[in-house]
Amino acid sequence: MSRINTLAGAVLATSLTAGLCTATVAAADETVKVGLMLPFSGIYAQLGEAGRDGLKLALKEHAEQLHGTKIEYVELDTEAKPSRAPELASSLLNQHKADFVIGPVHSGVAMGMIKMLRGKDTIMIIPNAGSAAATGPLCSPNVFRTSFSSWQPSYPMGKVALEKGYKKVYAISWNYGMGRESLDAFAESFEAGGGEIVEKVLLPFPSTNFQSHVSDIADENPDAVFTFFAGGGAIKFVKDYDAMGLRGKIPLLGSGFLTEGTLQAQGDAAEGVMTGLHYAEQLDVPKNLAFREAFNTEYGHYPDIYAVQGYDAGQAIANTIGELNGDISDKKAVISTMEKLTIDSPRGEFTFSRAHNPIQNIYLREVKGGVNVVQSVAANALEDPARGCKL
Amino acid sequence: MSTELIFVQLVNGIQYGLLLFLIASGLTLVFGVMGILNLAHGSMYMVGAYLAWYFVSITGSFTLSALLSAVIALGLGILIERVLIQRLYNRNHLDQVLLTIGMIFVFNSLQSILWGNDPYGVAVPDTLGGSIPFTDNSSYPIYRIFAALICIAIAAALYFVVSKTRLGMLIRAGESNREMVEALGVNIKSLYTIVFAIGVMLAAVSGIIAAPMRSIVPGMGESVLITCFVVVVIGGMGSIKGAFVGALLVGVISTFAAVLMPTMSNMIIYIFMILVLLVKPQGLFAE
Repeated sequence: MSRINTLAGAVLATSLTAGLCTATVAAADETVKVGLMLPFSGIYAQLGEAGRDGLKLALKEHAEQLHGTKIEYVELDTEAKPSRAPELASSLLNQHKADFVIGPVHSGVAMGMIKMLRGKDTIMIIPNAGSAAATGPLCSPNVFRTSFSSWQPSYPMGKVALEKGYKKVYAISWNYGMGRESLDAFAESFEAGGGEIVEKVLLPFPSTNFQSHVSDIADENPDAVFTFFAGGGAIKFVKDYDAMGLRGKIPLLGSGFLTEGTLQAQGDAAEGVMTGLHYAEQLDVPKNLAFREAFNTEYGHYPDIYAVQGYDAGQAIANTIGELNGDISDKKAVISTMEKLTIDSPRGEFTFSRAHNPIQNIYLREVKGGVNVVQSVAANALEDPARGCKL
Repeated sequence: MSTELIFVQLVNGIQYGLLLFLIASGLTLVFGVMGILNLAHGSMYMVGAYLAWYFVSITGSFTLSALLSAVIALGLGILIERVLIQRLYNRNHLDQVLLTIGMIFVFNSLQSILWGNDPYGVAVPDTLGGSIPFTDNSSYPIYRIFAALICIAIAAALYFVVSKTRLGMLIRAGESNREMVEALGVNIKSLYTIVFAIGVMLAAVSGIIAAPMRSIVPGMGESVLITCFVVVVIGGMGSIKGAFVGALLVGVISTFAAVLMPTMSNMIIYIFMILVLLVKPQGLFAE
């Protein structure tokens, strides 16, 4: 009996493999290739690692949504060098035939990747780079972002500055996409409300020779300073600002990256710094508490913003595969499914805008006792204007 | 720009220049005496900063940490010279460049494995934590003045050793004619080991001194290396005096350039270097 069954099963299976059950059977042992293009060495290495860890945690947690689909990772190190982007992106696209490409951290790298991946079948999810163009003039059906646009954390800070009564602000950042766009976004709302940017300084990236500029700020004596710096630059700027005696005299405002992952190194120098961001580690959202504990269990340390953004990229992939019952062969269906997702993020739920950028809250945080303490919601469900996007 | 601000910026520039000198001095010393172009010099600066951070996080004392780190750096210098550099004395500069570039990658990976890629900071030691009023709005941190003084003290000590002591005499003799010094019965091998180790230690000590003022991040060595080369080329390869003058010039010029034309500031020191080389192709103080 059992023998007959086996035989019948074999005949049935042979006749069906041709067509009928490709969707269900194939899914069971189908592999989805997820290519990572993140910096694993160089100045942004820690950000790349956090993003990858977050991504992998999400896909592990959501294993049941994957319908047995196996995830195969291809990890490529961008070194945060824009010149590496086209070559690496092309290798993920043509050689590895990746279904999803996650990356990058650095906006310059994003430009090179988008030029290569735009309009292709591979879905690109940006887990950090905030360059306006990615969900602006260069927006594309297959390009999504789970982080932010450079405009988002800075735009609400203009209003915050006005509410605090600051009229004259000194703006300083690096002369590259993220830096320029952050200062412009701040100026947009600040100047519209009657504020004045007394000086706008753009330094070559990644110069961290800030001391002379801090002296210049002291001489200028503005009501407040607005800045975008990240990583090592953020540490150095905040320390120089404090060392030259400006902390407590001239308030320091910034895009949230000024105090993300840097607070321990900045120490007391960061106390009182006010920043806007779509996340805060102590954010009182149930999902955030659960995520933080799960991440700590998995990796032995607590996650940062970059891990959250990577995690949400992983959630976007898992949710999409789940909604499509494991069949991602139709890329149009993948895109239209992903567009409609509501991501249950540790930062609070968010949806994608028409340009595929998160519509999300921006929180005003102030550093108190070495922690970014949420003061208020600086902007509710803020949508990037997506200037120049024709989607 | 007000006179007051010019003065403030001048102080900033000199302070930066003194630190640059300290880093560049080891590079130029090793090149001048041994003819070795050590591209991994910046990595030694990084090692110094990371060691300082690491020992501060364990012992809590900056002084103890600085001493430990300097001694380890000296040992590291001896080890590298004995195991690797010694094989290159009779080879050309290209081989030296290949080896020392390789060392950059090795040290960067070691840093990543041992200490991870998070950015770190070292707190300014309590006894040097205050600041003195400077202008209406700003004050000058005592630690930065202290750092500048240390740099001056080391510069003076270096000058004294090279020009007034027996070791310095041998170093200068080895510089001009290695074979003759050897023929006179001096153990040139151990002299070279000492010089190289001192070079490594100078780089590491600059990293230690810079640690409380800078952020300790992967890749910090490379960025400093390039500026160091500019300093050394302007001053004249191998000249300590040249490195001192070159460092102060680069420090002051880049500080003023940063304020007056921020977007072009990175370019200015290179333009300055080109101008110097047009007039003095060997650098200001080349022999």
